[in-house]
Amino acid sequence: MYLLFAMLIMAVVTYIPRVLPLTLFNKKIQSVYIRSFLHYVPYAVLGAMTFPHVFYSTKHMPYAIIGTLSAIILGYYGKGLLIVAMIAVGVVYGCNILL
Amino acid sequence: MAKWDKEEYKRGLKKGLPIGLGYLYVSVAFGMMAAAGGLSPISALVISMTNLTSAGQFAGIGLIFNSAAYIEIALTVFIINIRYFLMSLALSQKLSVSMGRFKKMIIAFGITDEIFTMASLEKQPLSYEFMLGLISLPYIGWGLGTYLGAATTMLFPPLMQDALGIALYAMFIAIIVPAIRESRAVLVTTGIAVSLSCVFKYAPYLKDISSGFAVIIATLIAAGTAAYLFPIKEES
Repeated sequence: MYLLFAMLIMAVVTYIPRVLPLTLFNKKIQSVYIRSFLHYVPYAVLGAMTFPHVFYSTKHMPYAIIGTLSAIILGYYGKGLLIVAMIAVGVVYGCNILL
Repeated sequence: MAKWDKEEYKRGLKKGLPIGLGYLYVSVAFGMMAAAGGLSPISALVISMTNLTSAGQFAGIGLIFNSAAYIEIALTVFIINIRYFLMSLALSQKLSVSMGRFKKMIIAFGITDEIFTMASLEKQPLSYEFMLGLISLPYIGWGLGTYLGAATTMLFPPLMQDALGIALYAMFIAIIVPAIRESRAVLVTTGIAVSLSCVFKYAPYLKDISSGFAVIIATLIAAGTAAYLFPIKEES
């Protein structure tokens, strides 16, 4: 029962912030500032979510750093999401096994 | 009512494919974590199918394992997910004007960091079909990976389980870095956001702020500064 309620709560509080602005806000925003602000939001969110947390994403920080560097280099050369994720995981796994 | 636009749906599917495959990795990690804590594969699957979010789910089941109070679960998961407010608001400006409220309610469910970013990169207004296509494969990948991870957790060597932890972040990096390469404004935005995020992680007092709030504050300041320095002129 506890689990069921907890799961329900998680679903609701995840949906609310997603659905409210989208359904309640119909008008085009005129302000250049706010439009620009919204344009930069995704990059700010991803940046803040990734660093420094990525360094703690695996047990050994040096391996996480090596994995991060490989992801940055691959991303710089325009490799896709999946390739970058696969290789970063592979690199960390390789470090885990070999070092 | 407009007719169902199959081409738009297909276009969305194509854009969603790499996200869907990436989610397989990340959700396998979630499934394994859920199973390790005692959740059945079905429960893990239900959470993934009703939440479709990474950080919120990880935090949520962590709290469930500690038998946390409902209010604590609600607040923590909500704070982590407040960033979707901003994304949903940004997306409200890009959806095709004719889209009805019910369709928007369906689209809203599929707003994730990656799906939102992919949609933001589109030049034209976003159609309902395109958005559904974009969401489809990530949704399937997220559910499938969760179930596989939870059901087969014993089959993965621990060293592999550990390595999967970096998958989500690697995807984030794969989205940010090419954008930084193309735009100085994006470089400044992420530079500020990352610096602030590090401050919130390590600085005395500030490090007590929950990571969800830290992301929001860093985002507000970074995007706010970038919008001031690099305003975007309206094309249309």
